[in-house]
Parts: sequence; structure tokens; C-alpha cells
Amino acid sequence: MKADRYQVWLTALTALVLLLGALSLLAGKIWFSPGDAWRALVSGAPDLGGVIVRELRAPRAVLAILVGGALGLSGAALQGLLRNPLAEPGLLGISTGASLGAVISLYYGLSAAIPLALPIAGLLGAAITALLVVALARSGGTIALILAGAAVSSFGGALVALALNLAPSPWAATEIMVWLMGSLADRSWSHVMLAAPFVVAGAALLFASGRALDALSLGEATAESLGVRMARTRLVVVAGAALAVGAVTAVSGAIGFVGLIAGHLVRPLAGFSPSRTLPAAALVGAALVLAADIGVRLLPLGPEMKLGVVTALFGAPFFFLLILRARKALP
Amino acid sequence: MILTAEALTVAAEGYTLLDKITLSLAPGEMLAVLGPNGAGKSTLLRALAGLNAPTAGRVTLDGRTLSTWSPRDMAAARAYLPQNGTLDWPLTVERVVALGRLPLAGLWGEADAEADQTIDEALDAMDARNLKRRVATTLSGGELARVLLARAIVGKPRVLIADEPLAGLDPRHQIDALTRLRRMADDGRAIILAMHDLDLAARFATRIALLGGGALIADGAVQHTLTPELIQKTFGVESRVGADADGAWVRLLR
Repeated sequence: MKADRYQVWLTALTALVLLLGALSLLAGKIWFSPGDAWRALVSGAPDLGGVIVRELRAPRAVLAILVGGALGLSGAALQGLLRNPLAEPGLLGISTGASLGAVISLYYGLSAAIPLALPIAGLLGAAITALLVVALARSGGTIALILAGAAVSSFGGALVALALNLAPSPWAATEIMVWLMGSLADRSWSHVMLAAPFVVAGAALLFASGRALDALSLGEATAESLGVRMARTRLVVVAGAALAVGAVTAVSGAIGFVGLIAGHLVRPLAGFSPSRTLPAAALVGAALVLAADIGVRLLPLGPEMKLGVVTALFGAPFFFLLILRARKALP
Repeated sequence: MILTAEALTVAAEGYTLLDKITLSLAPGEMLAVLGPNGAGKSTLLRALAGLNAPTAGRVTLDGRTLSTWSPRDMAAARAYLPQNGTLDWPLTVERVVALGRLPLAGLWGEADAEADQTIDEALDAMDARNLKRRVATTLSGGELARVLLARAIVGKPRVLIADEPLAGLDPRHQIDALTRLRRMADDGRAIILAMHDLDLAARFATRIALLGGGALIADGAVQHTLTPELIQKTFGVESRVGADADGAWVRLLR
């Protein structure tokens, strides 16, 4: 292989993420110059600017990278595993499970009583859903996995709707609705610390599956003949996606479409190789969420737009395009 | 013997797909598995490749039961080419063929030192070098079949198990591919092909296995297996067989 275009793209995408991450420290109701932001970051001074940069914007930027990276990477890996370009993290019901856990903690007022109760409940919800999906899909193939995900996802969705239905007060219902829209506002370093280990572990599992996903592009029989253990690969990818997506949904709420889009945006750059798509999709996912999060802060609307609303607003039209193109390729 | 099946039986959903098949293959042999649709050819090949666990009996590679092999070692020792190979993503031909070196790749999936050279050789062997930079999903069916065959041989497996690798190939490429495969066998590899063209099988294979209803009807040299009686018994077709300077031939009559 020559020193190829792919490496150049990866470097460029990394630079883009770092650039957007830096911009995310500067942008908002109060703008900082790069110099001021840098001084606030390293000085540790307890003035207003220092607190805004260190305690509000920096964790928010890191969280945006974690959320976008986890969604982009998981989406691309699931598309590779299911060999379906329309696969996305929500397909397996993991984000619904995380949402359900979070909603339960809101419903019972745990989130107000105990710090971090909400993201922890979200993590538990994601873990339970993932186990349920794997148990349902056990000893079945890829279709079984998709069906199990769909079943668990709609059941979780129904429970979320039930919580809204039975909400003790309109105020609680509103709180749940707002949380479901997904946001990175007012998140702290403790949210980062809570999500990061799971995201890192999940990402490690997903990256380790890259070669198996490559072999899978020739179909399951050929992949198995090339030494890929299909059952194990399915389990590893589902577990990796569950860890990463569960953790970020628990801290940010449901951020739609990033997991669907990221893989599609980068696949041509990666020569459609599933393993090469993974890191590029993680970077593009991080860049998308960083950009969207900067966007919601800058949009001159009354209440701040929710991140999940913005990503879905831009993501849904992309989904339409995808269907139109897929339709052309079908007989 | 590099590959053996001992009373290999495969059953699924109450049907016996393979019934006590005993078969062995030595290096240097090219075995053509022939039989009508539904005779169990693909099931036999999948079981020999270790992709179907036997219901009874066993398959050995290098004298060891397949289930005791690590998947990676087995993948390096034998290659399997399924019928109607597919490709899900628009990868380049070069990348598709490179996947055949996966069992030999490094810990992080980095290509082994001989990869580039063997990819070119495999493409040359299948007359597909000119397709190397093409996107494989845009190829014709026959071109893709040749590329997938190149993928199967690129790892230089000691055993090649190919399920109807000639489907979709034009006459010249059928003869080309069989000539190359036969040369691989003559170099000491063992090859098993499922195929439908009795005439090409008679000419290129060193041995024939006739399969019907999941059972082995005959197994042996061409002159003992491709006889009008056994062809009638296996396929229900009358035939004339003979041999000339180019080898054995089979003409199907009615």
C-alpha cells in the first residue's frame, strides 16, 4: 500500500475535531479570545471566565467528542456487522434502554435527590437492554439480532411513553420530554468521568472487530472460512456498541442520526473497507456533535435548541437522500 | 491423506443431507464432486470446510478432527469458496483479493510481507490483473467469480474447497481456471470442486466423486466413475464417453 489518501483524511479529520473542540471553548453567549481561553484553562483562576471555560465549556467539548465518537463508531460497526447501510445504534434498542433508565430516575425523582442518579440509571437501562437483546438473539443469526433489537426497542419506547402518560405532574412530563431531546448543556466533569471508561472499553471492542467486519463483506460463510467466529463477533460488536452508546446516551440523552450518517460520510474515504471506516466514522461523529453543539449555543433563538433536535433536523433529510439512493440501486 | 471424511453424516430438520460419506484426499489430487441438484454437494463441501458440524462421523485435516483446529490455523491451511459469492460493499478488486490473506495477517491486521506479490499472482492466475483497480461490485458476474476465485487461492492454501467456482465463467476462462487449479494440484495441493460440467470434470479432475441423495454413489478415477452406467444412475441421463489425446470426454445424450 502506498502512503494513501486515507491517512491524509484521518489526519485532516483529527485536525478538524481538535479545531472544533477549541472553538467550542471560545463560542457561546460570552466569547473568549483564544488567548483568554488558554489562560483561563491553564491558570486555574477562580474568576468567572476561568470557571466558564474550565467547568462548563471544557467538559461539554470533551463530552461532545465522546458522544459523537461513540455514536459514529458504533453506527459504522453495526452497519458492518449487519451488512446493512441503514443500521444505526438505535436499532438494537440500546439508546432506548438508556433513555428508559434515565426516564425512570426522573419519574421517581431520584435524579433530583441523588447526584448522577440519572446517568447511572441510564447506564443500567442500556446494560439490561443489551443483555435482553443478546439473550433473545442467542444462537440465532443476524436477522434474529435485528428483530430482537426491534422488539426490545419498541417495548422500551412503550415504557417511556407510559412514564410520560402517568407522569405525576405536567412539570415532570416536561422534564422527561426535555431530557429525551438530548443535550450537552450543564454537564460537568463528573459526567465525563462516568461515561469515558465505558466509551473507551466499548470502542476497544469495536476496533478489535475491524478485521472480522472486513471479512464479513464477503458474506458470513466466507468470513467463517477465513477464521472469523461469527457468534463471537456478533457478541463483541453488540457489547461494544452497548457500552459506548449506553454510556453516552445516559449522559446526553438521545442524539439521533449521528450514528447513521457518520459511516456513510466517511465510507468512500475509507475505500468502503469496514475496518478503515471505523476510526474515520468516530472522528466525523465527534466533529458533527461538536459542530451541532456549537450551533445550538449560537442560534439566536429564545430557549437554547436541544442538541438531539438539531442533529435530527439535519439528519432526517440525509436519511431521505439515503433511501432515495438505495431505492435506485434496488431492482 | 490431508483431508478425510469418516462416515460423515449431516442431518437437518429431520432430513439426512449427507449419509455416512467416507472419502479421503491426498495432496496432488483434484477431486470433482458431481451430482444432480440437491444431491448434497454443497453440504458436503461445507462440512469438509468445517462450516457445518457433522451430525455423526468426523472430518479430519492433517489427521486432526476439524473441531480441534483453531479457526485461524484452519483458515490458513484450507480455503473455501462458497457458491454464488457476494460482496456487500463496493470494495476494489485488490482489496477483495487481499481479504484472502487475512488468516496470515499480523496481530493488528497489517498485511503480511508477501501479500502484494501473491495478490498479483492470484489475479494473474485468474486472468484478472487488469481488473485490479476496478470496484468489484461493478464487475460482470463472470469477472466477479474469477476475482473471488483469486481471493480463495491467494493465501496458497494446502486444501482448496470450491463450490461451483466455474458458474458464470465463459468457456475460455473455465478452461483457464481449471488448468490453473490442476497445476496447483500437480504442485502438491489438494483441491475439491463441486461442478456440473461432466466433460470438463472428465478432462481436468484426477478423481471423481458421484453424489446422489446424500450418499456416495462412486468415488475413483475418471475411467471408473464417469461411465455411461454410473452417469445414468447418478443423473438419469444417457451418455457416451471416450478418451483422446486431450483426455477423457463425456457427451450427454438424452
